Amino acid sequence: MIGQLTKFERQTAMLILLALSGVGLAMAIAGRDDPFGVHGVLVLLYALAGIIFVISGFFDPEPGDDRFDRYNDDPTKAGIVLAMIWAAFALFVGDWVAWLLVNPNLTFDAAWSSFGRIRPVHTTGIIFGFGGNALIATSFYVMQRTSRARLPDQLSPLFVIFGYNLFCLLAVTGYFMGVTQSREYAEPEWYADIWLVVVWVVYFLVYLRTLARRKEPHIYVANWYFLAFILVVAMLHIVNNLAVPTSLARVKSYSLFSGVQDAMTEWWYGHNAVAFFLTAGFLGMMYYFLPKRAGRPIYSYRMSIISFWGITFFYMWAGSHHLHYTALPQWVQTLGMTFSLMLLIPSWVSAGNALMTLNGAWDKVRDDATLRFMMVAAVFYGLSTFEGSFMAIRPVNALSHYTDWTVGHVHAGALGWVAMITFGSFYALVPWIWKRDGMYSWKLVEVHFWLALAGTVIYVFAMWNSGIVQGLMWRTYNDSGTLAYSFVDSLVAMRPYYIARAVGGLSFLIGALVGCYNIWMTIRTSSHAAGEFMGDLPDPVLARTPALQAGE
Amino acid sequence: MFGFHYRLERKAIGLVVGIILVASIGGIVEIAPLFTIHQTVEDAPDMRVYTPLEIAGRNIYMREGCYACHSQMIRTLRDEVERYGPYSLAVESKYDHPMLWGSKRTGPDLARVGGKYSDEWQVAHLVDPRSVVPESIMPAYDWLSRNRLKTDNLGEDLKALRTVGVPYSEDMIANASSDAHGQAAPDSKEAESVVTRYGKETSVRPFDGKPEELTEMDALVAYLQILGRLTDAAKKPVATAER
Repeated sequence: MIGQLTKFERQTAMLILLALSGVGLAMAIAGRDDPFGVHGVLVLLYALAGIIFVISGFFDPEPGDDRFDRYNDDPTKAGIVLAMIWAAFALFVGDWVAWLLVNPNLTFDAAWSSFGRIRPVHTTGIIFGFGGNALIATSFYVMQRTSRARLPDQLSPLFVIFGYNLFCLLAVTGYFMGVTQSREYAEPEWYADIWLVVVWVVYFLVYLRTLARRKEPHIYVANWYFLAFILVVAMLHIVNNLAVPTSLARVKSYSLFSGVQDAMTEWWYGHNAVAFFLTAGFLGMMYYFLPKRAGRPIYSYRMSIISFWGITFFYMWAGSHHLHYTALPQWVQTLGMTFSLMLLIPSWVSAGNALMTLNGAWDKVRDDATLRFMMVAAVFYGLSTFEGSFMAIRPVNALSHYTDWTVGHVHAGALGWVAMITFGSFYALVPWIWKRDGMYSWKLVEVHFWLALAGTVIYVFAMWNSGIVQGLMWRTYNDSGTLAYSFVDSLVAMRPYYIARAVGGLSFLIGALVGCYNIWMTIRTSSHAAGEFMGDLPDPVLARTPALQAGE
Repeated sequence: MFGFHYRLERKAIGLVVGIILVASIGGIVEIAPLFTIHQTVEDAPDMRVYTPLEIAGRNIYMREGCYACHSQMIRTLRDEVERYGPYSLAVESKYDHPMLWGSKRTGPDLARVGGKYSDEWQVAHLVDPRSVVPESIMPAYDWLSRNRLKTDNLGEDLKALRTVGVPYSEDMIANASSDAHGQAAPDSKEAESVVTRYGKETSVRPFDGKPEELTEMDALVAYLQILGRLTDAAKKPVATAER
């Protein structure tokens, strides 16, 4: 990796890492009575590890100009490996959390391992650790191929991927120590948030600079989604995390907003994190890898356009459906519900577009578990967006809100859509970028597929049952007109479903571990002799013939 | 329409501007008015601020992730009002930075739990939840009784809260630490000034039963006992409906 950097880039990397270690040292000293100091030490160690890594290759010969004849896949490779590590870790914590709800004593009787602290470890580990690394990795890959241009420089993509993982580490280690803003899905504290902004700006610039160098006249549809993902996540992140730190040497900060405005801002963020982190980015993945693997162009170019702008516009209104019947003014709730219903159209247009693309390739879906991952992902995308619109209807929400139904809905999306499309894309991508003939074992891909599908189905059915039972018990009256059940009655009724959920989660976790093993073995096996694939080269190596792409 | 898009997708900056514009509209229409129109939050003249001890307790509540299982928002539904009490008003979380409305009830709603149980019950429940509710699946927080409460930074917390709009006075900020100690030790000489500064409704008592030592348990119980009691506005909905 370092061997691919020029002398100047290596020096720049050293400077950045030295500056970072300086920041870490300052944090460690200033915050010695606070978790802030622990995070200072963590930043310092992370920077030192980077310095050692750079030094280890510092005196390697400089790369020749021939590096420009190939795409830069180092950051993608790093991103895939990191994403799988995060997946194994965060799915493990997730299943542990699930078992804690069956038996609260499955803990080490310590503060760090209690439910409230490790639950955000699970959510952040999955959304940002696994999902974020997968998105960064695939977006770098896709934007180079669809632009037929190399990343603009060697260093900034590496900064993005490793800087981003520092953010994830700060977040997750913070929760163990009780460092949290308690804003759901935006729990990291102010200094981690500021660091993420820095990383994200560099990410955006890398993206724009690659697009500026593109040899294709048109920007391919996958890139629109990646672009929307980067831009809107930046908007959401900054507004939602506006806060005043108590001191520059403490982790604690207070949100700029309070009460009802804070609730609206939080769910505007929260719902659009679903839209632009967990949907737009992964749709970008789908729009590239699914047609590629199926060997067919995207079914409809026009449907891509309608769906893209529909999602970008409608989603931003939908956050308030998380606040039905609360103290939020009703006009906002109604707007949220209305737009959530309209959102079904662009969502199903995308899901339909993906499934129609498979027309004529269904034999491949039958034979190829990799493509089947992507197909099932598209189906779950369609199912969970339908469910989401349905749950945004006020009377339905009255029943579903605060119950496990929400948890089930989220996991239909997270397991069935986000994770499945990622695994499918990875199984396609890993042999391509590591130049292997195929995955180490196609049978293990098959095993992973069935474990993941079974796990998802068990999980979602368990939560549908528990959520609806819970919601109904809360509102059931007996003949004398008083509430029929106490809260504890509903809790007791949940137990069998919680066990089923934990079992489903375990199945999904084992599948992911199988995937980790398979990917690792694929990387380890020796490269095949064929070398570069023809056509997987950036311009100007190929003759300049602007070709029509899938979707045009 | 598609011809226009055919040209647009050749321009990276065009797409960037387009995405930002299209994505901004929803937020501007829905969020901006909440900050400007008076109807968003009701008036409640009797609204009081959290004491330093309650703020410390609130921070522990957040630190332990209690919001993940307990909501603090009673909806306007018959069964919720009957189970938990009058539905929540916006004004009740006016000083909550951030709000802790929550999104999941693995345990019951806590918006009106203040005063519902005794301090002893709350302490027993936190030390060993299953000693008072055998079916409970809540983790035990027994270490809270052993952890001394850190109070030396509470002034900074109050100051930051004032910056974001909570009306703490200079006096309250300067005495934050001693007020925290006083509130949990009724016989101490700091106890009186807590009531002077925060009003006679303020509870001054040894929340964990041990006045000699200020623990995190004191702070968390003090916070739980104030939930739903910062204002009486919710109990007289007629007075707040028209404004």
